[in-house]
Amino acid sequence: MSQTKKEMLVDPLVDNNPITLQVLGICSALAVTSSLQVSFVMALAVTFVTSFSSFFISCLRNQIPGSIRIIVQMVIIASLVILVDQVLKAYAFEISKTLSVFVGLIITNCIVMGRAEAFAMKNPPVASFIDGLGNGMGYGLILLLVGFIRELFGAGSLFGVTILETVNNGGWYVPNGMLLLPPSAFFIIGLIIWAFRTWKPNQVEEREYKIQQVEAH
Amino acid sequence: MSDPQSPEPKGAIAKFLAASPDSVGKTIFVAVAVCLVASMVVSAAAVSLRPVQEANQLKDKQVNVLQVAGVYEPGIDVTEAFAAFEPHVLELATGAFVDDQFDPATFDDQAAASDPDLSVALDDDPAGIGRKSKYRVIYLLRDDAEGLDKVILPLHGYGLWSTLYGFIALENNGNDIYGLQFYQHGETPGLGAEVDNPRWKSLWNGKKLRDDAGDLQITVSKSQTAAGPDFYVDALAGATLTSVGVDNLVKFWMGDAGYGPFLAKLQAGEF
Repeated sequence: MSQTKKEMLVDPLVDNNPITLQVLGICSALAVTSSLQVSFVMALAVTFVTSFSSFFISCLRNQIPGSIRIIVQMVIIASLVILVDQVLKAYAFEISKTLSVFVGLIITNCIVMGRAEAFAMKNPPVASFIDGLGNGMGYGLILLLVGFIRELFGAGSLFGVTILETVNNGGWYVPNGMLLLPPSAFFIIGLIIWAFRTWKPNQVEEREYKIQQVEAH
Repeated sequence: MSDPQSPEPKGAIAKFLAASPDSVGKTIFVAVAVCLVASMVVSAAAVSLRPVQEANQLKDKQVNVLQVAGVYEPGIDVTEAFAAFEPHVLELATGAFVDDQFDPATFDDQAAASDPDLSVALDDDPAGIGRKSKYRVIYLLRDDAEGLDKVILPLHGYGLWSTLYGFIALENNGNDIYGLQFYQHGETPGLGAEVDNPRWKSLWNGKKLRDDAGDLQITVSKSQTAAGPDFYVDALAGATLTSVGVDNLVKFWMGDAGYGPFLAKLQAGEF
């Protein structure tokens, strides 16, 4: 094994972040980050699903037939997602109302499938579990960052606690309504990717083309 | 993968596990086994958590009834406070209670709206709901002297993106609005979702439905109507279509197709 377990856990946070480097799982990152509390629960849900689906798929990896491996992975992931959805509906009803369809859509989150196919099918269970945990946390980290910016400047609060009293409630802060709409997350994630790549220039992809130098005639 | 395989696997199970996963038999076996185990896990979770989930939904609805009637405070015992409300099944067309036909505690008027026997298709449908249940569960709140204090009526209708579900609380004269609140909707956060804003909701308090001539005058609009300030709620800025939806659904449910017959009886002091 080339990586230590600690590297597997820490690498996806910044150096190999599933959102900023691999640009996966953007759909849900746009949709659920309008408040910090919802982002937090979504991050937990995705971390749970990635780590345990990687674990179970890795346990079965020598028995899964190649021809139906994607379907088998999907069945395992989908079952875990339904489990999370049911538990949220039972014990975090308010938040599950806000998350609504996006918990179900974890099934189609590319990060979960990506780790299952790229890592768990070739590595032992414990390593796969840690890899899934690390990637879930990398996803969660970006979600919390985006959620922090969007809730603070879009609604003037953090975790529902008012920080900047908004005009609608008789305060002074005019909230930036666009931050509560999904497109704003595009800009924020774009800026985060830019910041990460300025900080770690080795994340910058090589250009796919080069402008040719033509000698002057 | 790197496990040293024993040269001769012993027993049927060991032989089966060591066989290539790509054979037809094994493919079918793995598919069936994974599906069986997964379905058992999922159904076990669904069945064992259902009572808690149903309790949550019930409590959520009760909290909303308490809030619209203005008796909710964080931390109160919801079940106990809700016991003060008298549920009744109301037949919309006659404005009479039909508690002997349906149990108000279990009657589900949202499910009834899609049951052909219990609902009617709407031709004139300003609220955009398609079908209307003939019966609705309403709540009466009595004061300490057993006189009628408030009535809580459920209403719903289409806004911009979604159907808004809510409650309206009326004073015992059946004409003064105490409050309006939506417990479920999918309007735009920051714009249409401001229907949840406490400051906007408080605008409804003290408004009247009908003028002295008995015409329905309540309006949600950008500027005041000729009927006067008692019948006018300022529309939400930046959420014209949600405001129009709220205007339509309140007019629909308070009109003759909705609770009109019941409100007429209420004004006559029948309850």
